[in-house]
Amino acid sequence: MTELVRIATTGSVDDGKSTLIGRLLFDSKQIFEDQLVAVEDASRKRGTDYVDLALLTDGLRAEREQGITIDVAYRYFATPKRRFVLADTPGHIQYTRNMVTGSSTANIALILVDARLGILEQTRRHSFLASLLGVPHLVLCVNKMDLADWSQERFEEIVDEFRDFATRLDIHDLRFVPISALEGDNVVNQSERMPWYHGPTVLELLEEIHIGSDQNMIDVRFPVQYVIRPHRREYQDFRGYAGKVAGGLIKQGDEVMVLPSGFTTKVRSIETFDGPLEEAAPPMSVVITLEDDIDVSRGDMLCRPHNQPHASQDIDAMVAWMSEGPPLKVGAKYGIKHTTRWGKAMVKEFQYRLDVNTLHRDETSETLSLNEIGRVRLRSTTPLFFDEYRRNRETGSFVLVDEATNVTVGAGMITGEGS
Amino acid sequence: MAAVQPSHLRALESESIHIIREAVAESENPVLLFSGGKDSALVLRLAVKAFWPARLPFPVMHVDTGHNFDEVIDFRDRTIAELEANLIVASVQEAIEQGRVVEETGPRASRNRLQTESLLNAIDKHRFDVVFGGARRDEEKARAKERVFSFRDEFGQWDPKNQRPELWSLYNGRHRNGEHMRVFPISNWTEMDVWQYIDQEGVELPSVYFSHRRRVFERDGMLMAESPYLRLLPNEEVFEAVVRFRTVGDMTCTGGFESRAATVQEIIDEVSISRITERGASRADDRTADAAMEDRKREGYF
Repeated sequence: MTELVRIATTGSVDDGKSTLIGRLLFDSKQIFEDQLVAVEDASRKRGTDYVDLALLTDGLRAEREQGITIDVAYRYFATPKRRFVLADTPGHIQYTRNMVTGSSTANIALILVDARLGILEQTRRHSFLASLLGVPHLVLCVNKMDLADWSQERFEEIVDEFRDFATRLDIHDLRFVPISALEGDNVVNQSERMPWYHGPTVLELLEEIHIGSDQNMIDVRFPVQYVIRPHRREYQDFRGYAGKVAGGLIKQGDEVMVLPSGFTTKVRSIETFDGPLEEAAPPMSVVITLEDDIDVSRGDMLCRPHNQPHASQDIDAMVAWMSEGPPLKVGAKYGIKHTTRWGKAMVKEFQYRLDVNTLHRDETSETLSLNEIGRVRLRSTTPLFFDEYRRNRETGSFVLVDEATNVTVGAGMITGEGS
Repeated sequence: MAAVQPSHLRALESESIHIIREAVAESENPVLLFSGGKDSALVLRLAVKAFWPARLPFPVMHVDTGHNFDEVIDFRDRTIAELEANLIVASVQEAIEQGRVVEETGPRASRNRLQTESLLNAIDKHRFDVVFGGARRDEEKARAKERVFSFRDEFGQWDPKNQRPELWSLYNGRHRNGEHMRVFPISNWTEMDVWQYIDQEGVELPSVYFSHRRRVFERDGMLMAESPYLRLLPNEEVFEAVVRFRTVGDMTCTGGFESRAATVQEIIDEVSISRITERGASRADDRTADAAMEDRKREGYF
């Protein structure tokens, strides 16, 4: 059985990210002849003397004209073991917004370092963002080993330096691979030129990293998405609550509490089109029926009575600002979407802005502009039922929407209850 | 407490069902575009699953160029009847007759691009605010950058440089009157996923997807079906061949190829060794320019 795994890659033009992705796609036979011919043609037209694999997905006219990636590009590849969704984002600081987006659902972050240059400001930035967005596994690919004499010493220097820096981050699973994306060493196949390295290749890691514990399997969280009431004779009394399990293992017969009403009842059944299930876990979409006929609607949440999420109108959160429009500031009001619940929220307090390169907290700042990240306190019109983001990415995240334009302007990761 | 990871098809299915429910919960008047092709058949199947045991809570719309494979129209009508769904047909023929669009001329004339007007016209007339489509990010490079919830202004236009950020599984479907969202529940599926799922679920498809004997002629390296809608160029000749079609669209721009794959499993085998994308192999409409799809999408195409 193949698992679905989401990867986020970030990098700049020079660190060989396109080459690495190109290799992964080539070697897993995901690039088709007509795509390759089109890219070869385009590369020739632009006067580059190598096949520029970035052209494979830099599909928008503006991207081709400017030779840059301006958006998250999604690429897909598969091996017999796993099916990968790869969110490829440009690495320049002005694209922090895209990096945040690409990392938001990722299981694995792939970050590239040029072996000659070592850990740079952007390496720190990318790693910090992966950590902030709660990506559970980080793979640091030390690339261009061919230009560093395949040196074990150089590799270990970089590993040490990165480990040192990573103690300041919230990363639990950190891996290092010395590679040459250009020559293919340790990308798919083991390198013969680095016999001192006995670990897995990049693709082997992507296939092997255990992702089963990435989702919260402890705290039962079921945000109700839609109430299903069939007007059909054979299902006359059916009343089901559709949703995607956001945490924990829900079992038939479990006692559950409905928030915000606080009523408790039991799970009568877990239904799907393909038949009833005994239990459901993230990320499954199911329909739950309850023993008692109580009022439940979209935006409500089911949980276990002795393991409830926080319920509060005041939340502290790290917010990444995604809008070119007016900056976030104290007193501003936004639409907020959290799980399946919409409300309004006001910025009550600005705590600090974070320098994404140095992790320095600037407590004198009072606004967040495009690509800036900071910690704020929000007050919402109705209570939100949430967990800390680091405990649950589904119930710990929200987006802020400009109510005048309906555009999504901010992405939030809840750090706790505001008091 | 390690629960078993769902298979990638189950995970994709769950994601798609979540998207469909979310779009319906946050809209007034959704509709599902159905061409009879495998991708729209898949979206329809997922939509049925999303609301089971209730019936499909929205109508299905076919943008009909009038240049259809008979087998596809049969399939469409049968599917809609089985689901007891409501079918809306947006007719390109009618748009031509009413003078809203002008038909292309010449042997390479196609009504493909004219579909945009009929689609937008129908969205406007029925006041649809969510339009489900079967586009996938892996099929074409302009589509690789499209959001799952993709905003369209009051002219139905897509602005690729000004798309809403989309994070986690938090979709923002907010829009004003007259604007609408295109929603693509199978954005993250690949052609192979679609076929594997069709195989696993026994989803029915029009017969033109499977190997059959047909009168065809060769154009631009593709085998076009003989039909009243395509005029032969001087050097073109009709012959009989065993073919199948990898995508199903308007007959004037959908090409087939020689194939013996008569079952879904044989198609999977064929797709897994294919070195050409399905659009490259079978869609004349995407060959006109490098940015052909982006240009059509900006105007409001599916």
